[in-house]
Amino acid sequence: MATDGATVNKTFINSQTSNFLRFWRTFARNKIAVFAFVFIFFQIIIAVAAPYIAPHNPYKGDFLATWETPNRFHWLGTDDLGRDVLSRLLYGARISLSVGVLSQLAIALVGVPIGALAGLKGGWFDYVLMRVIDVLSSLPTILFYILLMVALGAGFWNLILAMTLTGWIGIARLVRGQVLSLKKTDYVRASRAMGGGTFYILKKHVLRNVMSPIIVSVALGIPAAMFAEAGLSFLGLGVPSPEVSWGQMIGMYQPYIRTAWHLTVFPAIILALTMLAWFLLADNIRNSLDIRD
Amino acid sequence: MLRYILTRIIGLFGVLLIVSALTFALMHKVPGGPFDAIALEKQQMIPDEIKAQLNEKYGLDKPVFEQYLLFVKNAVRLDFGYSMAYPGRTVVGIFKEQWSYSLQLGLLTFVFSIIVGVGLGIFSSIKPNSFLDYFGTGVSIFCLVMPSFVFAILLQFVFSAWLGWLPTGGWSSPRHWIMPVLANSLAPVLVLQRYTRASMKDALRANYVRTAKAKGLSRRRIIFVHVFKNALTPLLTVGGPLAAGLIVGSFFVESIFRIPGIGFYFVSAIGSRDYPMIMATTLIWTLIISVAYLVTDLLYALADPRVNLLKEE
Repeated sequence: MATDGATVNKTFINSQTSNFLRFWRTFARNKIAVFAFVFIFFQIIIAVAAPYIAPHNPYKGDFLATWETPNRFHWLGTDDLGRDVLSRLLYGARISLSVGVLSQLAIALVGVPIGALAGLKGGWFDYVLMRVIDVLSSLPTILFYILLMVALGAGFWNLILAMTLTGWIGIARLVRGQVLSLKKTDYVRASRAMGGGTFYILKKHVLRNVMSPIIVSVALGIPAAMFAEAGLSFLGLGVPSPEVSWGQMIGMYQPYIRTAWHLTVFPAIILALTMLAWFLLADNIRNSLDIRD
Repeated sequence: MLRYILTRIIGLFGVLLIVSALTFALMHKVPGGPFDAIALEKQQMIPDEIKAQLNEKYGLDKPVFEQYLLFVKNAVRLDFGYSMAYPGRTVVGIFKEQWSYSLQLGLLTFVFSIIVGVGLGIFSSIKPNSFLDYFGTGVSIFCLVMPSFVFAILLQFVFSAWLGWLPTGGWSSPRHWIMPVLANSLAPVLVLQRYTRASMKDALRANYVRTAKAKGLSRRRIIFVHVFKNALTPLLTVGGPLAAGLIVGSFFVESIFRIPGIGFYFVSAIGSRDYPMIMATTLIWTLIISVAYLVTDLLYALADPRVNLLKEE
């Protein structure tokens, strides 16, 4: 019996690694996506190491060097208070990336259990949940974000809270749908007939089968969350000054587009490139996972 | 059918009631009342007695629940009271005067997006792997990853600050319309292009197209007579809500290009905690978008006899 368990375990691990390898082989075939992955990888390193590589203090003004256009000393110029634009961009990467990743983790942690429970249990819980989702999704998303941020006040954690409050709907609905269709499969019915409890089935069959859609949803959610953060910060409802984010820089400096173009154009370009890279990465993850089964 | 419409309308009122309660509760949790924002702007303190008088005038001294009931009673008669940030102007008055700007922007964007989005979708589906197909995919990726306000900034930089061809903001002449419409059309172009392409591809693969081909019809006749009719009907389902979303205005585009529409006023209402304006905008938007979904579903049922609304679930 003991050896049986060991072999089962071993084959399980083997199948896992080969799954990952197969995923990676498909993924690596798309050269543009690999490039996007490298881009994001470097961005993460830059965001983490920002305090060590930033040429200037992003929060400290220099009143002898305001409104400077790009030059040898300030590579991307300075703003109205003489703060270095390049350093602010490097620090902005931290906000953008951490909002994207943390909000998606929070959404998955809230949405997946709710959706799975609704799908498995059904009944009143499912009914109430679906009505709540109906009402919440009838509100335009941006409007909902804005109202929440106005009520909560601008701030990093409030931003993540607001995104979680709106974002769990999508993933809960996704997981619920997957669970409902899994429930009808023969192996889940067999497991239940043999006395498998709800949580056993959840762990053994459901979670493993809904893993791919969840990963894809999280991967696509990261650029969407960065998009939302940039938009809210642009409106002044995201991260408050003196903290910096790209969207906030664009919103703050936008009135000076004619006189000081470098203040808005650089964050705009870096934001657009980051969005593109994350989207290409997420899209290729989806394609590579789809092929697997 | 009538019963279906009635159920939907009752449901719509339910949604509006819940949304209004939600907005109302959220707005009253907000730190800082409307008169604090005015005081901050004018750099002077409002004496407590005057504040109390103002609160009484706008009914803010009553219990929250009573305020809400009063609000609902008035809202049914389309009376949203006076704006707090623009004294002397009613919320409905602001809507009447400013909505035309959002409406113009929205309709121009809608027409432009249909031409570009549906056009690209059609071309890329009937000529797969052609230059236009790749171009269409490129455009849709661009629309997907580019936030509208970033695109607006880059447009302003290139065409106003650098080349000096177009004005940076305003809405007074067709030259002012070009950049806002372009920036506003990213999302609708993306949606329309993708839907058109997908549903055209489905239709081109259908059996009746093979039959028509076997019958010896020309490719042009097949596409114009058989494919279009079947492939473009599903577009109704996206077109309706899309148009509704556009005519209610845009926060980003209106505030970047200083277009005095509803989106612009909404953004400034948030800053100044103008409760009546925020509530009215939220409710009117939800109403328009929900009605658009309802009308779209009905139109779709009329256009496609295979759809039976009553049999759903």
